[in-house]
Amino acid sequence: MTPATLLVTVFFFVPALILFILSLTDLASSNFSEPWHFIGLLNYQRMFSDRFFPKILGNTIRYVTLTLIFFNVGLALLLALLTSYINRRAGFFFRMLWLLPRITPSVVYIVMWRRMVQQAPFGIINQFLGWFGLSQQPHLLNEHPWLFVILANGFVGASFGMLIFSSAIESIPKDLFTAAKVDGASTLQIIRDITLPMLRWPLLFVTSYQTLSLLVSFEYILLLTNGGPGLFTTEVWALTSYKRALSTYFGTNQWGYGAAWGLVLVVIAITASVIYLRVFRFDDLVQEPKIDVL
Amino acid sequence: MKVELTNLTKRWGDVVGAEGIDLSTKDGEFVAFLGPSGCGKTTTLLMIAGIYKPTVGEILFDDRVVNTVPPKDRNIGMVFQSYALYPHMTVFQNIGYPLKLQKVPKDELQKHVQRVADMMGIGHLMDRKPAQLSGGQQQRVALGRALIKEPQLLLFDEPLSNLDARLRLSMRSEIKRLQMDLGITSIYVTHDQIEAMTMADRVAVMKDGHLQAFAPPDELYDHPKTLFIAGFVGNPPMNFIEVEVKQENGSYQVLGPGIHLDLPADRGEKVARSSKVIMGIRPEDISLADTGVKGEVYLIEPLGRDDLLDVRIGETAVRVLADPALGVRMRDTVTLHFNTDTAQLFDPDTEQSLLW
Ligand SMILES: Nc1ncnc2c1ncn2[C@@H]1O[C@H](COP(=O)(O)OP(=O)(O)O)[C@@H](O)[C@H]1O
Ligand SMILES: [Mg+2]
Repeated sequence: MTPATLLVTVFFFVPALILFILSLTDLASSNFSEPWHFIGLLNYQRMFSDRFFPKILGNTIRYVTLTLIFFNVGLALLLALLTSYINRRAGFFFRMLWLLPRITPSVVYIVMWRRMVQQAPFGIINQFLGWFGLSQQPHLLNEHPWLFVILANGFVGASFGMLIFSSAIESIPKDLFTAAKVDGASTLQIIRDITLPMLRWPLLFVTSYQTLSLLVSFEYILLLTNGGPGLFTTEVWALTSYKRALSTYFGTNQWGYGAAWGLVLVVIAITASVIYLRVFRFDDLVQEPKIDVL
Repeated sequence: MKVELTNLTKRWGDVVGAEGIDLSTKDGEFVAFLGPSGCGKTTTLLMIAGIYKPTVGEILFDDRVVNTVPPKDRNIGMVFQSYALYPHMTVFQNIGYPLKLQKVPKDELQKHVQRVADMMGIGHLMDRKPAQLSGGQQQRVALGRALIKEPQLLLFDEPLSNLDARLRLSMRSEIKRLQMDLGITSIYVTHDQIEAMTMADRVAVMKDGHLQAFAPPDELYDHPKTLFIAGFVGNPPMNFIEVEVKQENGSYQVLGPGIHLDLPADRGEKVARSSKVIMGIRPEDISLADTGVKGEVYLIEPLGRDDLLDVRIGETAVRVLADPALGVRMRDTVTLHFNTDTAQLFDPDTEQSLLW
């Protein structure tokens, strides 16, 4: 067994198996002192018939697609293009700047957001709005929870794609751009006809990778809105799974039930990964850029 | 179209790309930029293409200053060493790209691309991607793409350097032929002096960002203005020997360690004052003879038609072209005749020719 196989087995397949077994039980803090039972697929039945199941599913899809389109891919691509068309050093600096939120601890980062969206005179955004005569704005987070959930996630998420896209753009042979300019292409036409087609694989890679990481991420939502305001307004799948299984809200940990929620994500992730591995041929992605191949 | 460069200069901070290039081409002329790697050929070419902005100086197309004209409005075609084909486009799309940008109607574009592709002999490869083509085919596609918009100026940046030797030879004559037929003014960058000499009407020799000479190939060969040009042009390269020139009773003598030669008066009189000179003499102007300078054969390189001999005269090494039929062998002692009628003489300090 190679070290890689061992690692994947120990840290992925074994936990996944335990999770699956857990999801077939009625393990919970309420009956922890009693013997637990295998209850078959009852947890899954309960999950799919949950009153808020459609809401959570819808929230998850909304959260993943909007963050992905506008930030993790959209803004990332825009930033990569902008920074590669300005001065090299300025581009580098700008990219570093954009990485700051990623290396900021989540709690600090979210506290900053919460600080920004509070009511005047505490909220920073409302203070600015106040200068334009828009004082007495309500608590922005309660007014537009989705906007800030997506902003907070997107600002961090965009940096990953930006780095991938920037280096992909840098590895395009300069002669191609020269040739296109000589052929008569404007900057926009060069982006459309040369740059974007050559970013096809990085684009697919970032899209798929970020879909998966958004699907399983919940910490910013937990810290920012905790699924609220109100009932399940911004609650996503991974957050539900976490709350059912591990949150001590009312001291009612339902490990078995939460595991069922979690396992669905694991299954989606494995399926998607296998497809991606096949489709993208990751070996090719990590190959050196093909320059001057005869 | 005529191209004129006046005091053309490109610097990046302290780095000099090209410095004070003055040069003007005739309409329809084939000009080669020749020089070793890093001498500023590409830099100059990219300024002409409009990719680099000159730091100082002007570029004129038919007496019109084009310094600020963007590349797309210069009506030029360009061919690269890397071919620079768009890897995600087919041959058809690659060649047709300049026309597509000009919004040429579909059927007209189709006809045009087919005609150019047929001319380049790649009409049957239209649906292939560049990766599915050989180097020679890729270079033809690149040529087709450069030609399709009927440019007024063709720029080549070492287009044949990535091809194997035999293909290079045939593409060389093909490009030359094409250029003559179409009569498009062309600037051809190369570090290969044979390419420059065989293809160009005039050759611009560059060194360290400076233009050393701009002259027809035979002029460069027969009347090299600097030591650098003399050494760079011609294959195998010219021999350089440090000698003294002396005048005795109206006749001129070349003296060196183990060397004693007569020098024609028309050459000798130009060096009357500076007695220490560098004499340049081409391997084909030295021959094996019965009397003359004695030396030992150090190495023999068979070139096929000739043998290239490395002969040591004391400390001095000279290259000599000899007939293989003579059966010279290593360590033989040979007698060399120097044809000083074509000898070049250079000032050792300025490295300028004393003759031209
Ligand atoms: N974009 C650039 N930035 C800085 N220096 C450059 C740039 N392009 C070329 N140079 C420098 O200019 C000099 C001439 O380069 P180049 O024109 O590419 O030479 P050649 O094509 O004759 O081999 C080299 O010293 C090179 O390092
Ligand atoms: Mg070059």
